[in-house]
This record gives sequence, structure tokens and C-alpha cells, in this order.
Amino acid sequence: MSNILEIKDLKVNYGGIEAVKGVSFDVEEGEIITLIGSNGAGKSTILNTIVGLVKAASGNVIFQGQDITNKDTNYIVSNGITLVPEGRKIFPDMSVLENLKIGAYMRNDDLSKDIEWVYSLFPRLKERSWQLGGTLSGGEQQMLAVGRALMSRPKLMMMDEPSLGLAPIIVRDIFSIIKEINNQGVTILLVEQNANMALKTASKAYVLETGNITMTGSGEELLHNEAIREAYLGT
Amino acid sequence: MSDFIQANLPYILAGISVGGQYALIAIGYTMVYGILRLINFAHGDVFMAAGLIMIFATASLPMYISIPLVIIATVLLGVVIERVAYKPLRSAPRMSVMISAIGVSYLIQNCALYFTGGLPRTYPAIPWLSDSITILGATTKRVTAITPILTIILVLALVLFIKKTKVGLAMRAVSRDFQTSRLMGVKIDTVISMTFIIGCLLAAIGSLLYFTNYQSVTPTAGAMPGLKAFVAAVFGGIGSIPGAVIGAFLIGIVENIIKGIGWTTFSDAFTFVLLIVILMVKPTGIFGEKNTDKV
Repeated sequence: MSNILEIKDLKVNYGGIEAVKGVSFDVEEGEIITLIGSNGAGKSTILNTIVGLVKAASGNVIFQGQDITNKDTNYIVSNGITLVPEGRKIFPDMSVLENLKIGAYMRNDDLSKDIEWVYSLFPRLKERSWQLGGTLSGGEQQMLAVGRALMSRPKLMMMDEPSLGLAPIIVRDIFSIIKEINNQGVTILLVEQNANMALKTASKAYVLETGNITMTGSGEELLHNEAIREAYLGT
Repeated sequence: MSDFIQANLPYILAGISVGGQYALIAIGYTMVYGILRLINFAHGDVFMAAGLIMIFATASLPMYISIPLVIIATVLLGVVIERVAYKPLRSAPRMSVMISAIGVSYLIQNCALYFTGGLPRTYPAIPWLSDSITILGATTKRVTAITPILTIILVLALVLFIKKTKVGLAMRAVSRDFQTSRLMGVKIDTVISMTFIIGCLLAAIGSLLYFTNYQSVTPTAGAMPGLKAFVAAVFGGIGSIPGAVIGAFLIGIVENIIKGIGWTTFSDAFTFVLLIVILMVKPTGIFGEKNTDKV
């Protein structure tokens, strides 16, 4: 399998500190890859840098063989990367349907098929399509954030802490949808503090500690690794 | 009551009219605030500049060229101000941008002083608008009747534009959250320019209507209507377009009724007392930013 995304020796300064200190990793096409790590490890900074919201100090972000380091976000999004941001960040004053439409802002073609697709993945959103985003429950907002991201027809969908603040049963739902979306051909880069769920879902995992990658392996391997169990799984 | 209305009809009509003109300026304040969280103190001066451009344009050009020229030049002025004075400060603290806006305001006033030599310049009579008409026995200029109608049409068009079009959708997104809007692929700078284009377009139309009722334009002619439009925007809940329009009509009408009663000296004071009261009682204004609650 070829790599859809390659990160090479990425360094990022954020808020006056070096938040990412030379990180390299690959995302294989068609896989679910996860970055796990505790608070402040630099996970979100890496995602924000890939999508161009934060500028890299040095290093490269290569997407489908093209160097997209520090390109404009709208360029990166229109090339097929999308980010489901931490905390969902749906637009609370817009209806569910409008939230989906703004997700497809870069596109000028017909959206009806994609809206139907998102509604088929999340039937709950269809029921609520005229409701304001802000009135949805946390789980529904997360579904909307994922649906909104899918509207740009991404090749790579990055997700920042999708399980944050959600009940365990909702988290399971979200992760099964992530797998479903992956089965339909979207590569997924997942950042999580909920290491248990992330490792069970991912084919490959990287462990990030204070701006460095300290461990790599398949999700299964890391799930049974002693050090990981102690540090992230609490068992 | 009907006696009161009959006796004060010219004042009420004038109030509705001037309210419409304030509304067209107030939209510029409220939209820019909605997107940039900036009180654009230069907006009243852009309004004045539109008046001066009209005077200089009509000096050598026919009316049907001058009017579009005024609108285009005012829009360009607004976009240039944004690019030069506000855009470089995008990530600076809000106070810095506001100080920059005050600087632009003085710059425009002083440029106007330079070009006019400080003398009031006579505003040209726009043929059809300046004609006298009679409404219910009250004689007034046609602009008095046209202003509220035109204002309401423009406001409805603007609300539809924001509600229904893709650019409007992007504007609403940007006013909520820069970062997430960028993630959607929205170009923030384009949306901000669009906001200034709309604000200045309406201010230019407002200036055509407003100065038709006055004889001359001075370098500080934009200050008072600008301030009143600003109060209207605050009263309505800054960031809200319907709020600004309602606030503007209210200020225009009450101000003129006060003049009708014979307290002309206090008509300006009313506006600013209103500002103080609204800031003390309901600082977010009548349609202030609401937080959508979960049900």
C-alpha cells in the first residue's frame, strides 16, 4: 500500500514553545492510523499543521506525493484533506443542513447525493435537518461534525478527539461509523486520548510524548504492550 | 392623538426618513462588528467622503455617471481602508485595530479638510429626489418618501442574501468562528472584503439620500450621523442587522418628534442618553448575540 500522507521531521512552535520536536510518520492509504498521547503531547498541533491552520517551523508534509507544507488551508481542503476539529465546532446558529452545506464550501457541483450519503450514515441528522446545530446533543453534534467533514469528499479525514465528552455508548457508535467510513474508502488519521478505543480501531498506532514519537506498532500490539497499558489504559 | 399626528406629521415623516438613512449607515457598523469584532470608527467618515465625492463628481460629470461613480468609489475606499489599516492587524489585540480605525477616521477628515479648504461645499440637487411633494397635506422633498421604502427593500435584499446565498453562509460562519470557517475552505479575507463592500455600498446610498436633505458637506459632516448610526447599532444589539435597522428608525423618529415639540436643543442628547441607558440596562441590545441552548 502506498502512503497517502508522509510527515517528515516536522517541527512546530506554538504559543512560544516547541510543541512538536521533529516528528515523522506515515499514513497508508485506506487505513485507520492513530496518534495517541496525553494532554499537551502535541497531537492537535500536528493535525492543525497538516491542514495549514498552524505554520510549521521546519519539516515537510507530503500529501499524495505533493509537498503541502504551510500551504493555505483552503488549498489543502480542496485537495482532499479534512479535519474534524476538537470540540466538534459545529456552527450553532446554522441548521443541520446548512452545517453540511458549509462543509462542501469548496465544491461547486451538486450536493444532493452527498447529503443523502451523510444522512444514510447518520439517520438522526436527517430527522433533525432543520434544527439548529446548537440544539443537538453532544453525540449528534459529533455526528454533524463528521458529516460536515465528509461533505468536502475527503481522501483523508483527520479527527481530533472524537470521543471527547461523550458517553461510552455514543463513543462506540462513533467508532463504528468511523470504521464504516473507512470501509467506504476514506483514509483516517485519528488523534485520541481514549487510547483503548483508538487502538482497537486502528491498524497502526503512533505514541506521542511531549512532541516526540516514542513508540510505533499495530493497534493490537500496542494494546497489549505493558508500558502502554500502564500509561494510557490504566490497567 | 390625531391632532398630534397631524400637527407633527412633517416631523414624523422627516424622522422616518432620517431613520432610514441612519439605518443604511448602521448596517455597516453592525456587519463589520459581527465579523471582525471591530467598531469601525472610520465608517461615518466614509459616509462623509461619499458626499464629497458626489460634489466633486457632479462638478464635471452628469448625474447619471456621478451616482454610480460615487457608489463605486466609496466601496473602493472601504476595501482599501480594510486592506491597509485593518488586515495587517488581523492577529493583533482588538484595541490596536480600534486605534487604527480612529486613525483612519482622522485621516479621512483631514484629507477632506485639505480638498475642500475647510469650506462647506454645496451638495448638488439630485433632480427627481429633490422635487417637492405633498403627503397628507405636509409638503416635503420626494427623498423623504423614497428613503424608508428604499431602505426596507435594501435591508430585505441583504437579509435574503445572507440567509440564502453561499457567500452569505460563509459570512455567517466567519462571524461565528474564524478557525473552523478556514477548515471549511472559506477564505476569510474575501469574506471580510465582502462585508466592507456591502457596508460601504449602503453608506454611499445613504449619503445620497441624507445629503439631499442638507445643503452642504463639511469634513466633519459624517461624525454626527455616524455616531447616531453607531448608537442605533448598539441599541439593536451590535452584530444584528434587523436590530440596527429598528434602532435607526427609532432614533430618527424620536429625535424629530423632540424637534417638533420644540426641544430641538435636546434632540441629539436623546440619542446619547439612550446609549447610556441601553449600556446600563441591556448592554447586548434588543437583539444581542444569543446563545443557542440545548433542548
